[in-house]
Amino acid sequence: MHSHEAHHEDAGFWRTYVFSTDHKVIGIQYGITALFFLLFGFCLMMVMRWQIAHAGQPIPVVGPLLAAILGEVAAKGIMAPDLYNMFGAMHGTIMVFMAIVPLAFAAFGNYVVPLQIGAPDMAFPRVNMASYQAYVIGGLIMFVSFFIPGGPAQGGWTSYSPLVTSIPTDGQTFWIVGMVFLITSSLLGAVNFIATIIQLRAPGMTWMRLPFFVWAQFVTAFLLLLAFPPLEAAAVMQLMDKVAHTSFFLPTGLAVGGNLAHVSGGGSPLLWQHLFWFLAHPEVYVLILPAMGIVGEIIANNTRKPLWGYKSLVYSVLTIGFLSFIVWAHHMYLTGMGIRIATFFQTTTMIISIPSVIILTCMFISLWGGSIRFNTPMLFVMAFLPMFGIGGLTGLPLGFGYSDIHLHDTYYVIAHFHYIVAPGTIFALFAGIYYWFPKMTGRMMNEFWGRVHFWLSLIFMNCIFQPMFAQGMAGMLRRMADGGANYSQAKVPGAIGGLGANIIGLNTYILWAAICLGIGQIPFIINLFWSIKHGAPVTSDNPWQATTLEWQTPTPPPHGNFATAPEVHRGPYEYSVPGHSTDFTPQNEPEAPKPGTRIPVPELA
Amino acid sequence: MEIPYTVHARPDTGLYNAKVGIWLFLASEVMLFGALFSAYILLRVGAPEGYWPHGWLNVPIGTVNTLVLITSSITTVMAWASCKMNQFGRFKFFHACTILLAMTFVCIKSYEYHDKFTHYEVIFKDGRIADGHIVKNDPKADSVTISGHFVADRKELFDLVGPNGRHPHKEISIPRDQILRMECYGPWHHTYLAIYFTLTGLHALHVIGGAIVIGFLWGPGSRMWKTDRERFTNRVEVSGLFWHFVDLVWIFLFPVLYLI
Repeated sequence: MHSHEAHHEDAGFWRTYVFSTDHKVIGIQYGITALFFLLFGFCLMMVMRWQIAHAGQPIPVVGPLLAAILGEVAAKGIMAPDLYNMFGAMHGTIMVFMAIVPLAFAAFGNYVVPLQIGAPDMAFPRVNMASYQAYVIGGLIMFVSFFIPGGPAQGGWTSYSPLVTSIPTDGQTFWIVGMVFLITSSLLGAVNFIATIIQLRAPGMTWMRLPFFVWAQFVTAFLLLLAFPPLEAAAVMQLMDKVAHTSFFLPTGLAVGGNLAHVSGGGSPLLWQHLFWFLAHPEVYVLILPAMGIVGEIIANNTRKPLWGYKSLVYSVLTIGFLSFIVWAHHMYLTGMGIRIATFFQTTTMIISIPSVIILTCMFISLWGGSIRFNTPMLFVMAFLPMFGIGGLTGLPLGFGYSDIHLHDTYYVIAHFHYIVAPGTIFALFAGIYYWFPKMTGRMMNEFWGRVHFWLSLIFMNCIFQPMFAQGMAGMLRRMADGGANYSQAKVPGAIGGLGANIIGLNTYILWAAICLGIGQIPFIINLFWSIKHGAPVTSDNPWQATTLEWQTPTPPPHGNFATAPEVHRGPYEYSVPGHSTDFTPQNEPEAPKPGTRIPVPELA
Repeated sequence: MEIPYTVHARPDTGLYNAKVGIWLFLASEVMLFGALFSAYILLRVGAPEGYWPHGWLNVPIGTVNTLVLITSSITTVMAWASCKMNQFGRFKFFHACTILLAMTFVCIKSYEYHDKFTHYEVIFKDGRIADGHIVKNDPKADSVTISGHFVADRKELFDLVGPNGRHPHKEISIPRDQILRMECYGPWHHTYLAIYFTLTGLHALHVIGGAIVIGFLWGPGSRMWKTDRERFTNRVEVSGLFWHFVDLVWIFLFPVLYLI
């Protein structure tokens, strides 16, 4: 690589930190940008929770600010229903495409995967940089759309046509263009990850010696590679509908606002849903698989024993990857699909829960008999297991057509997938940050404040999402700007199925839980930045006494990563091997030659 | 530490990095065009009986364009083979042909686009429908002239292949005040045209992108031939793989849009 020579410590600020081709810098860039969006998306949600609990009342603290920035839709600090829709659509979009995926896949993957496989960098460093830049551009387009006349997209993160095409503002156009950039970013990243894992494994790093995290990222990359292009195609068609006035997703006889829309018609709204969910269901696994990978690493390290059922884990992750492409229509039971098709998707949906349960079970069994170190990363991981369990199991009723009829589009769905993504994936990501922080900076994060962060997050996450199951089962629909007040018994006394005061009242309770969760993140934010300069310095390159290769590098790893090219001699989790002097055996530690045996020559993977 | 296998193949996979990369990229491209082809199928199946057009595109022109693209694929292989055989002059010649053929393809395609944008369906206020290419459309004049024909039923416009498909064209002058609606055969006119413009437009973008890359390798990028011959040949191969894919997409597009 030509850029290679031009990129040493003396390459200057811009080349080192902004236009870097080093996978570690790009990983950190992704991480910081994604954490910013994570916070931003969360703030949107806190404002929305106020509106849900106290519809039509001025928002305290930030209300005047919103009124000043956004104008009419937040007049007098009161959230108009349109603004609620905008925030709702953008909360989903930001959290999924600009926060969790870049953090779980791009940030951790970029930083950790090349180190774990013993590679000097990614296979295509400049493509890697382009991937980050595309992500920033996409993110900026989404961000800017808040300030254009008419505001950002307001048709939900699912952007169903013809709804979004009929909304006369430009927000959706910005959304589509932003998505095209984000998709391009994921695509470049996915190509790079797969090529790196196939090509750049160090000598001796055979497939079954790969750390579980690498496997998880490998499958995730394939999901992004193959599932995102259909959404890109759909986005192009929606853009054509919006800009060139085609009718890909607009049916004949479409009426908007009581008038016949002036379109040629003949399109299919279902087509959008199929293409969208063909991406969005694999996307769910894009959100969860890297998290499972992080969990596996941290469990093995902190139980001081090998992961239980490494091969089962690997095959399960591959099975999930394959099956996730044939379950998408379980999001569409209520579109009037036939029984036969619904049966097919119910069956595949139930089957895909098997490998997920295998993974969770392996993780649980791994705890058995370990001498567990309860540090902050491990606490988050231990909480991940039951939280993901709740999220996964509550998904089963949604996977069956008949129970989905009742639960579809209610708060039950919100509770279900937030249990997977929020106390599931995000907890694993927190764990990953606490775990790999010493490698990135050479300093530990503060343990006490880490624990404070953990307990506040755990308690308030549950306070937020647990009540939503009850609300959903009582029939409270999502996406309502008034928090269900219009369907309450208070509004229509005696109505069958009207929401009771206890169900509506939960909104206030959730609001305060969300605010407390927000407060609970302050220790983390301060800890994260404070520890970069002031954390306790690590005393060795391997502070957690781990076996995988990322800990066998200098701290922080220099450009090119390894002081000497690593050779791998053993599996990823050789903890507590009897007869070994320490309770961990790094992957690159040579076999002690038995007397009279030939010294094995490491073969290429 | 240098990144390994940038030029030479890794022994156990038998591939160098960029080749793995381009195949993965092409896999995603298959999904991209696959989604659009699925959209085509869904729209076509969903169209009411008799309202999916046949014969709206000029088959001879499409055939010529197909041949142009196939020939460019051949010259691409020859260019790569010339590199392998250490014949830089031949490489230059063959890839010059590739670029010219790519430009020819895009020119022919733009002519076809132009043909659609000057083709109008005019609905009169009294219900009559005229269809044809614009001859004179001066915004100041109070009439529009097209070279076309009248149809009794709009359905007639959708089958130009059958026995009633060919109509004698004559110049029709239409006073503007009689026109209820007048719409050219742009992507908004019908979902067939929507998918036609989207598919071929996206394909044309791929052709242009591929031509730019090949143009770079032919021009300034070819300096690498002097410094790192093997790596340069790899680049020609990888860009060639992309070019063959673009060609292959057209091989599917042509029958789907022009013939069936």
